[in-house]
Amino acid sequence: MIKHKKIVGYTDRISAAPGDTVGFMVSCYDGVTRYRADVVRLISGDLHPEGAGFKETVLDTPAAGDFPGREQKIHAGSHAEIADRTPFSALSSFTLQAMIWPTTPQRGRQALLGAWSEPEQRGYALMIGDDAAPMLVLGDGQGNIETVSTAKPLQERKWCFVGASFDAETRTACVVQVPSVEYPLADSTAEVRRTVATNAPVTVEAPFMIAAVYDGETGGRAIGAHHYNGKIESPRVANRALDRETMTALMQRPIPAGLLPAVVAAWDFSRAIPTVHIEDVSPNRLDGTLVNLPARAMTGHAWTGEEMNWQHAPEQYGAVHFHEDDIHDAGWEVDFELVIPETMKSGVYAARLASGSDEDRIPFFVRPPRGVRTADLALLIPTASYWAYANEHMAIEASDYEAFSGHLTSLNPEDLFLNSHPEFGHSLYDVFTDGSGVCYSSRLRPVLNMRPGVTISWVGLGGNMPWQFNADLHIVDWLEAMGHDYDVITDDDLDAEGLPLIDGYHAVMTGTHPEYYSTRMWDAVEAYLGRGGRLMYMGGNGFYSRVAYSDAVPGAIELRRTEVEFREKSGAPGEYYHSFNGEYGGIWRRIGRPPGGLVGVGMAVEGFDICGYYRRKPGSHDPRAAFIFDGVDDDIIGNFGVVGGGAAGIELDRCDTSLGSPPHTLVLASSEGLSNHYFPTVEDCLVVSSGLGAMDNPQARGDMVFFETPNGGGVFSTSSMSWSGSLSHNNYDNNVSRITDNVLRRFLDPTPL
Amino acid sequence: MYKIDPTRMDLVEEFRANPVGNHSADLQQMLNVVRAEPFPGKYVLICVKPHREWVLGRLSGVRGDPVEILEDRVFTRAEDAEWEVFRRRWKALTGECLD
Repeated sequence: MIKHKKIVGYTDRISAAPGDTVGFMVSCYDGVTRYRADVVRLISGDLHPEGAGFKETVLDTPAAGDFPGREQKIHAGSHAEIADRTPFSALSSFTLQAMIWPTTPQRGRQALLGAWSEPEQRGYALMIGDDAAPMLVLGDGQGNIETVSTAKPLQERKWCFVGASFDAETRTACVVQVPSVEYPLADSTAEVRRTVATNAPVTVEAPFMIAAVYDGETGGRAIGAHHYNGKIESPRVANRALDRETMTALMQRPIPAGLLPAVVAAWDFSRAIPTVHIEDVSPNRLDGTLVNLPARAMTGHAWTGEEMNWQHAPEQYGAVHFHEDDIHDAGWEVDFELVIPETMKSGVYAARLASGSDEDRIPFFVRPPRGVRTADLALLIPTASYWAYANEHMAIEASDYEAFSGHLTSLNPEDLFLNSHPEFGHSLYDVFTDGSGVCYSSRLRPVLNMRPGVTISWVGLGGNMPWQFNADLHIVDWLEAMGHDYDVITDDDLDAEGLPLIDGYHAVMTGTHPEYYSTRMWDAVEAYLGRGGRLMYMGGNGFYSRVAYSDAVPGAIELRRTEVEFREKSGAPGEYYHSFNGEYGGIWRRIGRPPGGLVGVGMAVEGFDICGYYRRKPGSHDPRAAFIFDGVDDDIIGNFGVVGGGAAGIELDRCDTSLGSPPHTLVLASSEGLSNHYFPTVEDCLVVSSGLGAMDNPQARGDMVFFETPNGGGVFSTSSMSWSGSLSHNNYDNNVSRITDNVLRRFLDPTPL
Repeated sequence: MYKIDPTRMDLVEEFRANPVGNHSADLQQMLNVVRAEPFPGKYVLICVKPHREWVLGRLSGVRGDPVEILEDRVFTRAEDAEWEVFRRRWKALTGECLD
């Protein structure tokens, strides 16, 4: 009876212009061996009984057809891989060492560093054993495996030096464990030395890895096993067995001259932080690559707390935090491709995959040809916010979500699939298995909550408040129904190209939840408005947090959460600066750019049970707003709709000079009817008291606003995430639709406002 | 600490009439306890047909562990499922059965 996901996929690019090629990667499950693929234009994903209905148009494209299906796996878990295997493959004697900060030492075998082939059980590696103690593992591939352990459990989240050496002549193995702080009664310092029976290591073909060991290859990529959770700093390899004192000397920077003949590799993670490259500072330059985006710019063992910015003291930020559940690029093989035809209209599209008992739609966006505008309106799809929430699974792991949202959590087949496939990774709202926060999210994997018709588990009873992609389709449906031409562009395009992407459009319309903005995106919108552009902010909680894209890390965004914002997890102390570009993270309001300065309002309140409506304010009768309310006599706006029953809801923004609102901002209407499950944003609650809920708290409201910008431009902000859910009511003939249409028509008119 | 008063049938009726949305302060205080049901076994809805049909499920609280799905009863109104879960929790919390 319950539908099970049997087919999922993703694209290699999210936005494509005519002439570009989009690759589609597909994986099938539960015996699905064939599927039908069609390209569809998406208009509406509205499955609400009183809604606009599900609308899509099948296109005749060469990409359509029947394809063989098979399961493609995601190999989650981050590690480093060193490209050159030769220096490590025939080390007869050696030393392996690093500073580590393990987060789950009790979670079974976890590799720290070494050249070990798991399939062959051959090579050498320093690992954490099942007893949570560091151990050296030696294997000759003939079934002879030796382990030498300190037998003293590592302390969770405490820095510790670990080292292991092997002297091939004497067959003596030694493992050293020296915690940075030896706590009373902890007894975790150790040096264990013994002779082993094996002659291992002999030659090993496996690549040298850090935070995992080699477990074979798939699609030309090495797979890791025994992934480690925690930080590693200053991993070192030497070509002879060093004693404890010499191991300590080898941790120094620069490497002591006397040890240069012995050192094989000495990686310094404080270098090249914005990239996935790790640099070996030994003369051998055995650089490597980080796989699956472990966290960089992490505080190291010598972080003093005096410096918060990694760029000011990189030597204190030489740690990388690895996670067994990191994921960047699923790396699946391409199943079929679509070359975007020159005739393909800019819009929202999907590859519809049908396997008989299940189907999936992989959305992608077709933009106009580069440098060309094919309409006067640009619909700016908030993809950065899609990636921020990609595959979120908060409510399935946190028992307080029902009390938080005021109704039962409601799981879709997509939620159940993600629950049984944790390798599909996290959103920026989730926490890793080791309890640390997630700071990178990638689109290079199926993102199952970016689907038409798919709702979110904790927003609205029974999924009755579509949001993000599915809610943004309400805008697409309305534009189509009202006959407005529009180009579709995305946050990913805006970050890459900046102002030129939007310059020249008469108006730009946002999605319902454009929460995450990079600096380049913000600057582009600000510049556009300064040049007379017109912006229709069609959502709530917009322009809230700063993210970073990276040319060096395609397909991913980074968010360093700080101390004051709506969040599941704060960033760790000292780790508030993005590794991608060195910018301070967190909310724009705390970066000196409150969202009100851009759109006249800033985040005020959120709730997830029911939606309210707007009541007009005196500003709506100001002559400046006459064009907005032309033909609207109602005092109450939007007391209807398929998103929670009203146009003012979920997340709303307030006009407030302390949030940056310009002095001439015209408040047109304010929200009413929010329940006491609507709570103010935490940065407004520096002192907590009773009476915070929207019924008792005048600050916990949304304000619909309008204001003029220089050179004849203007901004209209609905300030509500549920606004667009009311557009289709009464066959698009209602006051929400009328106000939206009035504003759009005026904004498209180049006459200065 | 607040304890549920099993004689407050007025709050039960208020919930039954309007399980989601604004509630009286007394009902909200009660729901703070009722909805804080811990793992494992916390009730959730499982969507069968979007916006139209649901069954109940129970969570383990551990990602990757299967969600227990209770397919014996299909709800065509999510509010009815809210009431059914409330009844079950009320029995567990107070020992009393609600019709």
